[in-house]
Amino acid sequence: MSGILIYSELEDTALGLLTKGRELATELDKPLSVALLGNGAGDQAEIYFAHGATRAYVGDDPALAHFQASTYAAALTQIIAQAEADIILIGSTRRGRELAPRLAQKLSAGCVTDAISLSLQGKRLVIERRALGGNTVSAKVITSPKQVISVMPKLYDAEPGTSDIGEVIPVSLELDKPTTTVIERRPKERGVVKLEEAEILVCVGRGLASRDDLSMIQTLADTLGAMVGCTRPISHEYHWLTEDQMIGLSGVEVSPRLYFAIGISGQIQHTVSIMGAKVIVAINSDTNSPIFNIADYGIVGDLYQVVPKLIEQLQAEFEG
Amino acid sequence: MNIIVCMKQVIDLEQIRIKPNTREPVIEGLPLLFGDFEKCALEEAVRIKEKHGGKVTALAVGSPKLKDTIKEALAIGADEAIILTEPIFQDSDAMGSAKILAKAIEKIGEYDLILLGDSSADEYSGEIPPRLAELLDLPQVGFVREIEFLADSDQMPETKKLRVVRDLEDALEVIEVDMPAVIGVTSELNTPRLAPLSAILKASRKPLHEWGPDEIGVALDEVEANASVVEVLSNLAPVHDRKGNIYKDAEEGVEEVVKALQKEGVLA
Repeated sequence: MSGILIYSELEDTALGLLTKGRELATELDKPLSVALLGNGAGDQAEIYFAHGATRAYVGDDPALAHFQASTYAAALTQIIAQAEADIILIGSTRRGRELAPRLAQKLSAGCVTDAISLSLQGKRLVIERRALGGNTVSAKVITSPKQVISVMPKLYDAEPGTSDIGEVIPVSLELDKPTTTVIERRPKERGVVKLEEAEILVCVGRGLASRDDLSMIQTLADTLGAMVGCTRPISHEYHWLTEDQMIGLSGVEVSPRLYFAIGISGQIQHTVSIMGAKVIVAINSDTNSPIFNIADYGIVGDLYQVVPKLIEQLQAEFEG
Repeated sequence: MNIIVCMKQVIDLEQIRIKPNTREPVIEGLPLLFGDFEKCALEEAVRIKEKHGGKVTALAVGSPKLKDTIKEALAIGADEAIILTEPIFQDSDAMGSAKILAKAIEKIGEYDLILLGDSSADEYSGEIPPRLAELLDLPQVGFVREIEFLADSDQMPETKKLRVVRDLEDALEVIEVDMPAVIGVTSELNTPRLAPLSAILKASRKPLHEWGPDEIGVALDEVEANASVVEVLSNLAPVHDRKGNIYKDAEEGVEEVVKALQKEGVLA
């Protein structure tokens, strides 16, 4: 026996994975199930059935009240044994990224995190993920009997299937007492900046030498009618801009019609989130920066010389 | 407080070139360095030691070049380093690498805390901290951006605890965790110091051990390439339909780019 099991703490992500899972389940002739963990998680089973799950394994144990990777991995291990699942797809949120490898280790299984595509070559599941700091995409196959894959959370849109019939299976779990305690939860404030909706974006990175130079970047943005975003060091290390202005894997994903990368080397954590841009322009002093590999237009040069020229040229263009 | 910091040397990612005809990356001969996350892990370990006493051990699996790379860790403040450079170790996948690290940590024996980068700069898979924690049967917390050692926990004085802040998508979580624990850190944690010249000179006098499979008691067939459970079919630069018009002259570049953007109708 074998089967596909889906888990994500985010409903949307779980439904997207079920949508993809239906296709895999049909091709591989395996049943498709979902694991629902935590207080009252089983109450919403119908929506998972409507998206293709035929069984919902519900683990409602006090030890699951807050997320702890080892406890959640133990719960899933017990569900996987009961469901006889061999392909486990987990939403690659921060929690999912902690959970998937721990689960894989419990199962002595191979794992691939942050999958950006899943496809079948015959009966083999080929998983793609970014590698070498975003320079490459590697295609991998897991060869252990069980496969644990964490999939980028927004990779697949949720689409309802044709049936909404399924079976709720409560699982009695045996879990150790958690070794971590959540003392406090501080929700992140979402500012007024909504980079997701920007048509034009000017994004600045480590190439900027000082906070004062942001005024030059702002002038460029004003000239273009653009919003200003940044890479992780600018917001999270230097605190020159707010955290909700950070574009990247752990920040915002954007898809403007025009995107300027200024003083950005182009590491994966950033570029992964800008691929939806229609046109990408890069300005960087290093010819070898990976950002030029994904740019439509690139200018090799010192940003302190290029940006003022660019502002001037744009102003002339708009006036003329 | 004894802290083990696991570190991975990675190639300088900014120097990778792509062969245009085959889309293969050229990585041979590139310099090796430690990623930002592991430097922050080491920095934090040294700060905790400076405040609470104890010992910091840097531990790394990788190529023989580690003999040089690891000196940076000793210069920054590790008291001792252990490197695992056996060629067969380097063919391991994440499961094999975690097993090697776990065996080495068991040999080290006494520890209160294992710190490491949440993910490595090159693969960014984040597999090692959770796998290591599972192998050692320890609690783990990832994406940690603040660490505080609760030296005087009045409730359970016999249990050492850490208070950490985990950075989630929509919230920061303050978590108390029993020690020993495996903590995966991000670069918000601190700003790593630069080692002064005197420390760099002294680094080569600090203990540096090289352990092989016999020393850590790992069977070769547990960790070598054949034991791998993930097969890499290909690893190539992605194909995309970006235009790639790169100008090396700034003056010409600005003029041409503005013209082109106007033509594409994306400006206004």
